[in-house]
Amino acid sequence: MANSLPTEFDVVVIGTGLPESILAAACSRSGQRVLHLDSRSYYGGNWASFSFSGLLSWLKEYQQNSDIGEEGSTAWQDLIYETEEAITLCRKDETIQHTEVFCYASQDVNDNIEETDVLQKSPSWVASSTLIKPLDSACLSEETHPLYVSSYEMSAKDTTKNNGEVTDAAETLVKEYCRYKTYKHTVSDGAKDETKPILEDNSDPPKRNRITYSQIVKEGRKFNIDLVSKLLYSQGLLIDLLIKSNVSHYAEFKNVTRILAFREGKVEQVPCSRADIFNSKDLTMVEKRMLMKFLTFCLDYEQHPDEYQAFVQSSFSEYLKTKKLTPNLQHFVLHSIAMMSDSPCTTIDGLKATKNFLQCLGRFGNTPFLLPLYGQGEIPQCFCRMCAVFGGIYCLRHKVQCLVVDKESGRCKAIIDHFGRRISAKYFIVEDSYLSEETCLNVQYKQISRAVLITDQSVLKAESDQQISVLIVPPVEPGACAVRITELCSSTMTCMKDTYLVHLTCSSSKTAREDLESVVKKLFTPYAETEIDKEELKKPRLLWALYFNMRDSSGVSRSSYNGLPSNVYVCTGPDCGLGSEHAVKQAETLFREIFPSEEFCPPPPNPEDIFFDGDDKQPEPSGTSNIVMAKLESSEGSKNLESPGKHLQN
Amino acid sequence: HGRLKVKTSEEQAEAKRLEREQKLKLYQSATQTVFRKVGPSERQAGELDESVLELTSQILGANPDFATLWNCRREVLQRLEAQKSPEELAALVKAELGFLESCLRVNPKSYGTWHHRCWLLGRLPEPNWTRELELFHCWDYRRFVAAQAAVPPAEELAFTDSLITRNFSNYSSWHYRSCLLPQLHPQPDSGPQGRLPEDVLLKELELVQNAFFTDPNDQSAWFYHRWLLGRADPQDALRCLHVSRDEACLTVSFSRPLLVGSRTDTLLLMVDESPLAVEWRTPDGRNQPSHVWLCDLPAASLNDQLPQHTFRVIWTAGNAQKECVLLKGRQECWCRDSATDEQLFRCDLSVEKSTVLQSELESCKELQELEPENKWCLLTIILLMRALDPLLYEKETLQYFQTLKASRAVDPMRAAYLDDLRSKFLLENSVLKMEYAEVRVLHLGHKDLTMLCHLEQLLLVTHLDLSHNRLQALPPALAALRCLEVLQANDNAIESLDGVTNLPRLQELFLCNNRLPQPAVLQPLASCPKLVLLNLQGNPLCQAAGISEQLAELLPSVSSILT
Repeated sequence: MANSLPTEFDVVVIGTGLPESILAAACSRSGQRVLHLDSRSYYGGNWASFSFSGLLSWLKEYQQNSDIGEEGSTAWQDLIYETEEAITLCRKDETIQHTEVFCYASQDVNDNIEETDVLQKSPSWVASSTLIKPLDSACLSEETHPLYVSSYEMSAKDTTKNNGEVTDAAETLVKEYCRYKTYKHTVSDGAKDETKPILEDNSDPPKRNRITYSQIVKEGRKFNIDLVSKLLYSQGLLIDLLIKSNVSHYAEFKNVTRILAFREGKVEQVPCSRADIFNSKDLTMVEKRMLMKFLTFCLDYEQHPDEYQAFVQSSFSEYLKTKKLTPNLQHFVLHSIAMMSDSPCTTIDGLKATKNFLQCLGRFGNTPFLLPLYGQGEIPQCFCRMCAVFGGIYCLRHKVQCLVVDKESGRCKAIIDHFGRRISAKYFIVEDSYLSEETCLNVQYKQISRAVLITDQSVLKAESDQQISVLIVPPVEPGACAVRITELCSSTMTCMKDTYLVHLTCSSSKTAREDLESVVKKLFTPYAETEIDKEELKKPRLLWALYFNMRDSSGVSRSSYNGLPSNVYVCTGPDCGLGSEHAVKQAETLFREIFPSEEFCPPPPNPEDIFFDGDDKQPEPSGTSNIVMAKLESSEGSKNLESPGKHLQN
Repeated sequence: HGRLKVKTSEEQAEAKRLEREQKLKLYQSATQTVFRKVGPSERQAGELDESVLELTSQILGANPDFATLWNCRREVLQRLEAQKSPEELAALVKAELGFLESCLRVNPKSYGTWHHRCWLLGRLPEPNWTRELELFHCWDYRRFVAAQAAVPPAEELAFTDSLITRNFSNYSSWHYRSCLLPQLHPQPDSGPQGRLPEDVLLKELELVQNAFFTDPNDQSAWFYHRWLLGRADPQDALRCLHVSRDEACLTVSFSRPLLVGSRTDTLLLMVDESPLAVEWRTPDGRNQPSHVWLCDLPAASLNDQLPQHTFRVIWTAGNAQKECVLLKGRQECWCRDSATDEQLFRCDLSVEKSTVLQSELESCKELQELEPENKWCLLTIILLMRALDPLLYEKETLQYFQTLKASRAVDPMRAAYLDDLRSKFLLENSVLKMEYAEVRVLHLGHKDLTMLCHLEQLLLVTHLDLSHNRLQALPPALAALRCLEVLQANDNAIESLDGVTNLPRLQELFLCNNRLPQPAVLQPLASCPKLVLLNLQGNPLCQAAGISEQLAELLPSVSSILT
């Protein structure tokens, strides 16, 4: 296999985040020979989703701060000719910092044993040695490499280490977890006693489901925990691209079911669509009219300049005060609909944002947002899949040591991978985090503060417990950042039954925990404290929490990188925003730069209109059928899941 | 090299064309085969078998609107019912239901397919109605299934709830509610049918208010609102009975237009307690459904020898009657309901409790302040005001009409409707005022009227002033004014006089400054025996040459004609 990897391509893409994956798909679709590499063992880079144990392994990697794969690589210096020079790439990923983990759920070892019998009956757990997701078993054409080396692989490895014994694996993970705890305390000396995990828990109120840490670990495959919390605008660049290119066939989506607001210490639902306003029990008739009237106006505000012209200079919140909206309505519009809590935003920006929100309503449901099932990490994978369908080749765990630049032309001509093999191409697309310190000397990065919580209840109980909510918590003091929260229920396939997966995101001013902990405390109560306070009892309880900071390279301009040849293009990591518009825009802009005359991700042709030209090495009809068959299940598929990287390492 | 190649658009078009041709061939040959099989002679030969099912399914699968083929299928299925074992039949029915489903997916609006499904399910011993309800949402079919499965109205109401919650612009859901609610809350026998108890009514009003405050331009909610506040048709009644000795004529007016045949089964006239066979006709002589009917009385029933004559008219179908007594020496007699506003004009909007109406009026006014130009809101305010007290709110109502006409929301097509509605309300108010004053003189001058209505209420009026309006015609219904002696209709835009006919007492008619085009339109006047004064000044017809001669010829009995 290792030898069969061609050494000449049109485009080499390094990194499997969203913009790189879109670009890879676009290039492959337009007929370029694409090699798509990632040094990690999973797809998506910082856009990835993990099972619970996958996430723990991911954490371990960052917390051990290990030099990844330093030993195995062949020295490359000798491979550079005189007419060439090399640009080294980074060996360590430094995009994640300040990781802190807290566990509040009971970790009583006895629980482990008690629960095991029950859990072993659960079919998904029994199936743990194979891969669960149907997408993972997709069989791609023989020439192209298998695509779905899923994030589960790591945990699968853990399991096999322990001879596949379920309990052993779980215990191992618990032990591993304890190591993280120790680590954490050594790092952040500011950690207070109250945040210590409580190991004994006998004071469970009978009403609530008791969920233990071992249960979380055992059901860990049901979690698909996103590193970035993003949603799709129903009328946005990403959804348009997914539909236009037919990549949408590879994924399933759910509509966010409600928009929430946090006002006067309470969580309430924001009526944002016509149906919501009609059904709202909290608004008076006049409020309904005024809100509807304002929202209707926003939909075509450009047509009524007289309505806002006088307020172009003032802030949106000042403008809202003049629109006969009651304070609650002003809050809803400013924070939850326009989502303009952070900076003082102008009237025009506010109106534009409101209009954008409203235009997204009703396309797929009563809120403007869509969520991919199994997590946002599916999206880059979908584009990778499209790339593979059109012949792109995939290698995970494939490290690139350097870019080779031709001295005379100043253009990059090849890469040298960790086997010391030279792979040449015309164009190179590199994700920011792969670039070395030297290259990025002048680059200023922003940071994103993230928290991932596992809770036992929703922040706002409703008739159905299967709600997907978006909640914006406005900053307490001016100048601080609003915190965006998405709460996912188990039917989104991102968490186990009777739990919720909660993502908090804001742009960083300090460490993630410092930025987000106050909001977490307002909304949730640690699992063990329930006995104490009746008021606290109503809040959902925290079972587990993770804080981390992620580098936000989205604002970096091409010119701030040192000495990159003109045919090396840089993709940035995820930004802080709710949508992925930035990534799509970037991918499209770069594609047009590289191939100005080619169409960007055109719809694939109808299967009956396709035929293959000449070469019998090419995939037969089975390959073409992949274009339309979104989910082709095949027993061969799981065999194929051995990563190409593995083969190459052998 | 090795790349995917895609057919060009010409190649695609060619492939499509071939495919279509192929399809057409198959379709036509299958149709021919079916028709051969079901022809009259083949029927006897027993060709109606499963092969027909197979063939028709090919055709219907492509075109489910082929009614004849559905009939063939029904015939085949009926035959097979007699021949097959229960198990075989069950399989057959299952296949048929599945086939229908696939047809509906091709064309969900195919009547033939729905009809066939109804037919099929109707023949099953144990149809799975629950599945039908879950599977399909097509209003008519839903009502059929709900009726067949005896789904409780409460469940169906909950279903409309869920649809309205999703999107309240749903005429059918609101309408279904208006059918279900009276079923759920039947009124005691004596009460007006189709009305709701107050608590239910208030809840519905709140729901519908939510809708029109959220989107006042959505008509569906306003229509439902109108239904909620409206009431069932008024009870059938005889409103007025009039007997004139001079004209030997009896006139009756009814609460609704009706058609009276020549036989006695609709109306029965009793004179002095014995039935009298008479010829009923309408005042305008057209004998079409009308509020007013009259008949000539024989001299015997009017003779002055008896101290009095009793006239009783029985409306058999309406279960109503009225009686009046003509005393010796009197020229006429009548009997009429005192025309209270309640009976006459509140049919459009009325509920028992005016407090409900009052609070509705207040919330509509609140909405109107927010949406000053919303036509539905303005119109509802006007209707509510009329239902509450037409005379008290007269001025305010007229102001709202003004706002409504001025508002940009009303398109020119509806302007005439509003004018007519306004005319109707003004006329009603004038009639009420006349009733309260107990006079037989009605002044409708200077009211900007565009049409006349409720003329059947004016049987007894002797003087009518219609001057200075925007009337274009004196309509046939005017012929109901049997007592009219003087009619002033100066300064209108009148072009036709169809209603000024057979008015037995009309003496003076003023038609100055109208648009009467030529003498021929005066023809109906010839049937008014007592007309002596006719003023036509300021009409186009006055310009015609030899007009005086023409008029003298046309109306010889009119002594004074001013041109």
